[in-house]
Parts: sequence; C-alpha cells; structure tokens
Amino acid sequence: MESGFLQQLVQQLINGISLGSIYALIALGYTMIYGILKLINFAHGDIYMLGAYIGFVCTSVLKLSFLPALVISMIGAALAGIIIERVAYKPMRNAPRIAILITAIGVSFFLENVMILFASPQPRTFPAVFTATVYHVGSWVVNSQQIVILVSALVLMVALTYIVNQTKAGKAMRAVSFDADAARLMGIDIDSTISMTFALGSALAAAGGVLVGIYYNSIDPLMGMVPGIKAFVAAVLGGIGIIPGAMLGGLILGVVEALVSGFISSTFRDAAAFAILIIILLFKPQGLMGKNIREKV
Amino acid sequence: MKLWKKASRIALAALLVAGLAAGCGGGEKKSADTGKEIVIGVNAELTGNVANYGKSMLSGFELAVEEANKAGGIDGKKIKVVTADNKSEPSESGNAATKLVTQNKVVAVVGPAVSGCVAAEEPVLTANKIPLIAPCATAPGITLDKDGKTKQFVFRACFIDPYQGDIMAQFASKDLKVKKVAILHDSSSDYSKGLAQVFTKVFTAAGGTITADEAFLSKDVDFKASLTKIKATNPEAIYIPGYYEEVAKIIKQAREIGLNCPLMGSDGWDSPKLVEIAGKEATNKGYFTNAYTAEDTDPGVQKFVKAYQGKFNKVPDVFAMEGYNAGLVLFNAIKTAKSTDGVKIAEAMAKTKDLQVANGKFSYDEKHNPITTALIIEMKDGKMTLNKKIGG
Repeated sequence: MESGFLQQLVQQLINGISLGSIYALIALGYTMIYGILKLINFAHGDIYMLGAYIGFVCTSVLKLSFLPALVISMIGAALAGIIIERVAYKPMRNAPRIAILITAIGVSFFLENVMILFASPQPRTFPAVFTATVYHVGSWVVNSQQIVILVSALVLMVALTYIVNQTKAGKAMRAVSFDADAARLMGIDIDSTISMTFALGSALAAAGGVLVGIYYNSIDPLMGMVPGIKAFVAAVLGGIGIIPGAMLGGLILGVVEALVSGFISSTFRDAAAFAILIIILLFKPQGLMGKNIREKV
Repeated sequence: MKLWKKASRIALAALLVAGLAAGCGGGEKKSADTGKEIVIGVNAELTGNVANYGKSMLSGFELAVEEANKAGGIDGKKIKVVTADNKSEPSESGNAATKLVTQNKVVAVVGPAVSGCVAAEEPVLTANKIPLIAPCATAPGITLDKDGKTKQFVFRACFIDPYQGDIMAQFASKDLKVKKVAILHDSSSDYSKGLAQVFTKVFTAAGGTITADEAFLSKDVDFKASLTKIKATNPEAIYIPGYYEEVAKIIKQAREIGLNCPLMGSDGWDSPKLVEIAGKEATNKGYFTNAYTAEDTDPGVQKFVKAYQGKFNKVPDVFAMEGYNAGLVLFNAIKTAKSTDGVKIAEAMAKTKDLQVANGKFSYDEKHNPITTALIIEMKDGKMTLNKKIGG
C-alpha cells in the first residue's frame, strides 16, 4: 500500500508538471504584458489558440516537421500580437483601465468567432508530427511528448529570461515596466518596446498552443478559454508582472490540479485551482514572488 | 487626414446600421404562408461544441423533407424548413425557439440534438402549443414533467439514457464477462451522469463491482490524473459515457498510461473524429451502444444510407438517421391529424404505431419514448463494426 501510494504520487507529479509547464508558457505572456501595460490581456488565451491553428496549417497542409512549424507559428502569433496591440490597445493607452480591459475581452471574442467563421467550430485533429513513445521507468509511465513539452517549455523560458535580463531590448522592457514616463524621457522608444513585449508574449503562447495540439491531438476555436483563465490564475499566483513567478505559478497550478484529481476527486480540480486564486488574493495579493510594495496614497 | 478619419467613421456607422436593418428584415420576410406550405422549424446545434450532431441531424431531416416533397408533400402542401442555430448552448436554444415560433410561425419544431438544449426550448414551445420532436435527445426527463406525467408536446426519436446504460451493463457482465469496472463520466452533462447511474445500478445488481467513479468536465483536455487513479484500482474494463471530443482524448491518454482493458461507452462516441483523435490502435477493444451503424446490412438501413450519400456525399451517422426518422414520424402525424394545429399534431404523433422508419418499426410508448432497436458497436482498427443487435 505504502509503495502504491508513492508510485501514484510520483506518477501524478509527472502528469502535473507536464500540464503545468503549458500553463507556465501561457502565464508568461500574461505576466509580461501586465508588467508593461498594467493590462490583463484577456485575448491571450486566444493567441494561444491562434498559434495552435498556425501550427496545424504548417504540419497538416504544408507538411512541415515539428521545429519549423513551432517557429513559424511563434512568428505568426508574434505578428498577430503586435497588430492587436497597435489596432486595439494603442488607441486606448490613455483611456481608463476598465475601458482597455473591456477592449481585451472584445478582442478575445473577436478572435474566437473569426476562427469559428473561417475554420468551422469543429475540433481539428492535429497530425502526429512524431510518434509518442511510452517509456516505463520502473512502474512509472512517461510519454515522449511529455518530455518534448517540458524541454521546449524550459528552453523557451531560459531564452526569455536571457532576453529580458541580458539584452538591450530586455533592459528597455524592464525600464518601461518600472516607469514608462521616465523611460520615455531617457529616450526609450515606448511603442516599439510594447510591441516587442506583445510579440514575445504571443510567441510563447503560440508555442504552448502547438505543444498542446501535439500532445492532445485536437484543437478547436474555443480551446483558449479555460487555459487562458488558468494561466491567469498561475500568473497571479506567482505574482503578476514577475517573470519567474509565472513559471512557478504555472507549475504549482498543474501539480495541484493533478494531485487533487488523483487523491481527492477530479470534480474538485477546478475548485482547487480557483480556491488558490482566492487564497492568494486574500493573504498575499502581490503573489508568491511579489514584493510587498506600499501603494502611494 | 482628419477628413478621411471622419469619413471612415461615418461609413462604419452606416455599415453597422445597415447590418442591423438587414438582420431584422430577414426574420420578417420568412413568416409563414400557411395556405400553400407547411413551415417546420429546426432548432439545431450548427456551431459550438456539438455542432457535429446538430448538422448531421439537420441533414437527415432535410433528406426526409426532400423525399416527402418529391412525393407531393403533405396533402399537396410543400414542406418548408426554417433553421435556427442554438450555438450548442441551452440559453441560446430558448432564444432560437422563440424566434421560430414568433417570427417564423412554425407548426412544429425538430431538434435540438442534445437534451440540455431541448429542455431549454421546451417551455417556449409548450406555452405556444407547438409540438417538438427531439431526434437524438436521450435524457429520460425531457418528455416528463416534475410529477412524472408525460408532456403533451414533447417527443423524441431515439432510445433513452437508462436503456443504453442498462444494455451496456448487461453486455459487460454477460458478453465481456468482467466483474470489476471503473467509471469515468462527464459531471457537467446530465446525459453522462444519467448513463453512469443506470450502469452502476444494473452492473452491481448483476454481481459486478465499481472500482472507481471519477468525473471530468466537458472541454477538459487532460485526463491523466483521473486515469492514473483509475489504473491503481485495477479495473477489467472502464465505462466512459460521454461525447466524442473528450472521450477521444480519454481513450488516447488511457492507452498512453498503459490502461489496455476494454473501454465501453455510449452513442456520444459515434463520430469519425473519435478514431482520428484517439488513433486506430487505441480504439481497439472499444464498445459502445448505438441505435444504428451504416455497416448494418438491413435493407431499410442500406436504402437510407444510399439516399443520404446521394444527397450529401458522405456516410450518415446516427444523428442523421434520427433526424430522418424524426421527419418521417412528424410528417406522418401531420398527415393523420389532417391539420397543422399543434394540439392535433401532438395527439396524432402520440398514436404513432409500427411506422416504417430507416432502421425498422417505430412506435411510441405512453411516455413518448420510441420502442426501437439498439446495437452494440465494436471498434476494430478504426472501423465501427456491429457486434450485437438488441430488440427492434
């Protein structure tokens, strides 16, 4: 019994980490955009859907293999992110926060319904770009796709951390996020920095979309809704606006969901995810990795 | 530059207004001319997560309409179909029904496909005394009111949930000879919950045990946590009543974590997408209950399959067949009622007996549930094959 429990625990951790790394990829985009614009980009989940569809076209119509499909869909989504920011959010930059939030919800509906119009509401089968080999490590089961997801997510996160911390563009992003007006006075091009942020965040979401498409084999125009909300929870959990926080939040959320469905009941899974959000907002609203900053009154 | 901006704004506003006007006008134009034609509404899931069902159901019904109109219509009156999309959402289903009744003045409504949407439209139709026939809504409650009395205007053209769960439980204990079964059901769907309940009742009464009863929500994509938990209870088979979108992913993930036992399900499995998403090999040892398969060699079934293929150039699924049957039952009722009055149509429909439909004979019991055929379908290398035929 004891070993049975341990065996289950490890297996559920494996399941949870692979799910969590996808949440983390989407949460990164949320957190970056929030960090720079103080905007909860509700259309982010739909960018993830868009990325999955671009990946679908690349693999099923153009017959590309995994890596080129991933790269093209990341570029495509990055462009979409820039266009959305220019068309929908930029004109609202000086509008009240609530107006821009509602715009984001509008963009989300727009993307979903345009996709329903053009790609039909029916789920599409993602072609198998590589066969899923199942590895048995002792009595645990790991799937090669899970490993690919985890590795891709890690590589992308490392790349992002490098861009943000070591490059000039990253420095500009951090500066704008810290104080946009001061950054402008220092000669930083705010508009292109914001575009860059949207491009990076959207590219990560698209990568998540392609990975999910490969992993679960099916995509549909409304696939972004639930993961979008979950990733938002992950971002808040880790501390919204903080990049390592989003990664941590995503992984914690994935693991908690797997453990709750594994050891309590699968019906409580979503309840647990949102209970975490409520608890965090009550006791540590700045998030796990957030610093306690006093608001100036 | 400024002028251009202003002009484009005015143009946009004009476009919006024009769109609105067109939207309103379109509805009114369709109002019925009761003298020459009989207007029948179809409230279907044309978009949304079960659009596959709604579209098939509509195609099947359209075939029935075409055949009836070719044969001269009903008492010389042509049948005209007006469709409304409920987007697979119960709240939209009520709106769609209201539109069909108030704007299009339909004499009867066919659809929606799924029980939740039927339950949502029913109050609108009953209040207006318009009969409805739900081709593939299997929840037992939709034809009954709170006190268990049969609703006067509600009919269906398929077998009910308990029947499916019952048949599968018997098949599991008698044919598959399994004693320990785990259940994985969709707790956001009455259909799935109902099936799981009946299965549990019948299977345990036959001496079997349920090792685990896990739940998921529709639109979920990751089931590995629940499946890992189920695997630890060592079941000999798993019962997964649900719709193909989730079931396909469940089957794929179950096989991935090494659950190789037989998987059993319900008519929600019936879609080519099931094999596409799960993969041919994974669906082997899959069994589900259904009312029909195109592989059935019965001459009535084959005649329907040919006619459908001729019109739509694809193999009809069960929802198409049930939509077709619903058409036959409804037209027969209007013919025998010799009237387009809702009360009289409902009266005639309730008396349907031994009507020849696509898959055999069709009669109603006192609860407006048809007495009809059930099949056990077995998945073999991606093909749905007939394993066993029950009743009918």
